[in-house]
Amino acid sequence: MLEVFDVAVVGAGPAGLAAAVHAADAGLGVALVDAGSQPGGQFWRHPDEAAAAANPDQFREGAGQHDWKRFTDLRTRLNRHRGAGRLVYLPGRQVWLIEPGGHGGAATLRLAPAVDVPGSDAAEPGQVRAAHVILCPGGYDRQLPVPGWDLPGVMAAGGAQALLKGNRTTAGTVAVIGGTGPFLLPVATGLAGAGVKVAAICEANSPTGWLGNLAGAVRAPEKAGEGLAYAAALARHRIPYKVRTAVTEIHGTDRVEAVTISRLSPDGSVLAGTGRRIACDLVALGWGFTAQLELVLAAGAQTAVDADGSLIAVVDNRMASSVPGISVAGEATGVGGAAMAVVEGELAALCVAAGAGAAETARPTAAQPELDRRIARLQRERARLREFALAMHRANPVPARWHGWLAPETLVCRCEEVDYGTLCRAHEELGADDARSLKSFARPGMGWCQGRVCGYATASIAADFASRPVSEADLRAMSKRTLAAPVSLGQLAALEFDDFDDISADKGSQE
Amino acid sequence: MSEINGTLNGMPITARAGQTVGAALVAAGITSWRSTAKTSRPRGLFCGIGVCFDCLVTADGVPNQRACAMPMRDGMVLETGMGERPDA
Repeated sequence: MLEVFDVAVVGAGPAGLAAAVHAADAGLGVALVDAGSQPGGQFWRHPDEAAAAANPDQFREGAGQHDWKRFTDLRTRLNRHRGAGRLVYLPGRQVWLIEPGGHGGAATLRLAPAVDVPGSDAAEPGQVRAAHVILCPGGYDRQLPVPGWDLPGVMAAGGAQALLKGNRTTAGTVAVIGGTGPFLLPVATGLAGAGVKVAAICEANSPTGWLGNLAGAVRAPEKAGEGLAYAAALARHRIPYKVRTAVTEIHGTDRVEAVTISRLSPDGSVLAGTGRRIACDLVALGWGFTAQLELVLAAGAQTAVDADGSLIAVVDNRMASSVPGISVAGEATGVGGAAMAVVEGELAALCVAAGAGAAETARPTAAQPELDRRIARLQRERARLREFALAMHRANPVPARWHGWLAPETLVCRCEEVDYGTLCRAHEELGADDARSLKSFARPGMGWCQGRVCGYATASIAADFASRPVSEADLRAMSKRTLAAPVSLGQLAALEFDDFDDISADKGSQE
Repeated sequence: MSEINGTLNGMPITARAGQTVGAALVAAGITSWRSTAKTSRPRGLFCGIGVCFDCLVTADGVPNQRACAMPMRDGMVLETGMGERPDA
């Protein structure tokens, strides 16, 4: 019989690490499943720990990191809990199927190796069962297609940063960074600090006073300090910060050679005659973030469209989703950054612990009032950070008229190589005016990545065809995935075998 | 050991310990190692964090591995142009 953990946490980024550590602190038995080979997620991605320990001169672990001490504290506590047998850490594994328990039963997570190469760890990952699941899947850069964005040398802003943070590798020598939002700044200063010439940051919006006033206005003074530090770094590296400007075309034959940047009107349409060509070999693009929602959707949890236009999980003020036994924390409940993710992870864990304590009469009840006080404090902190996140979303929207940058031959779906012209024909000739119809007629989102990259853009294009805002149905149509991660036929075959056994066992007991 | 040696289509590739396959290839000046199925366009790293599947490569005979998520190992044999289709 498989062990049933009190709580299984999925994801070891800021939210998941905090959730796992605080759940173990509270005395719960924890399994922490993560696709990464070491904890930290995308925000605290860092060089291979063994390699760094062997070559401390070459790798300074915390270089280029934000809030690094918070990470090392969490990591220390994670390792202490592992040593004490209170926490099982399962890195290098992806959850490809989640089966909620319902009615007090245990949920099952089916795992697949994140890297399927002979000799790698986690070759036989199996499954995890738990009374409660906290999903902390995080997010990734949201993308808007632009002519030439499929050329090698064009990367997600977070990808260029991941290469730097995880590998100390620069993806080019001259970079143009484009999109919207404060995340473009650490990407630019990180690349510049590693010796890349950043020819321009193109910020599509004009976040008036972002670097100073906005932050203070919403009672997050620590963010104002961050803004000033970036302003100083931009000046030091002589990085031009161009507002109301976007990368509207990327040039090259078999790799990036140059970009055209254009001035935008407030609705995001290109101001004619403002195009300027800049030579570069790296383009880093990011339009805010997309929450990784496949497990949330697979669990059957309720979703909503957030202020930034992203599909997110609906949670209550205890981080509980609409599905009993499934909590969600971090970017998947609304993009808000690492500090907010840590708060949400801790809050989710304490609420699970409080629930377990209330259910178990044997547990000493003296701890309950203290737990309740901490929960209330975290709820207030979350509300404050959420206010800041909303202000950022409002200051950095996806430009309404971004579709105007597209040419008929611009790829929208990179995997299935579906271009904008094909989507236009699916609308004009076949009447597709929602994301689901576009997907079934023209196949965007049906390749390897299953719509993770083109999902938002396809939903937005469908809404533009129909002259209406992006709907939750559009986003859900592009976010639902039968399997949360690619699996081998062998794993599917093994699943059928297990289920057949379960069914026969059930039948046996009924007879 | 701080240097790792492997090959891409028989060509020597050197990586630092702890580097991913994708990082090692980019550091060697290689920006693409896959061709798309329909229009044979070159692809390499895009999302860099395991989401987009653009950087697929065959590693030690196992096709369709994400170069961005896979640590480079000593003696690793990398090959391109094999079965990068989900339905292959």
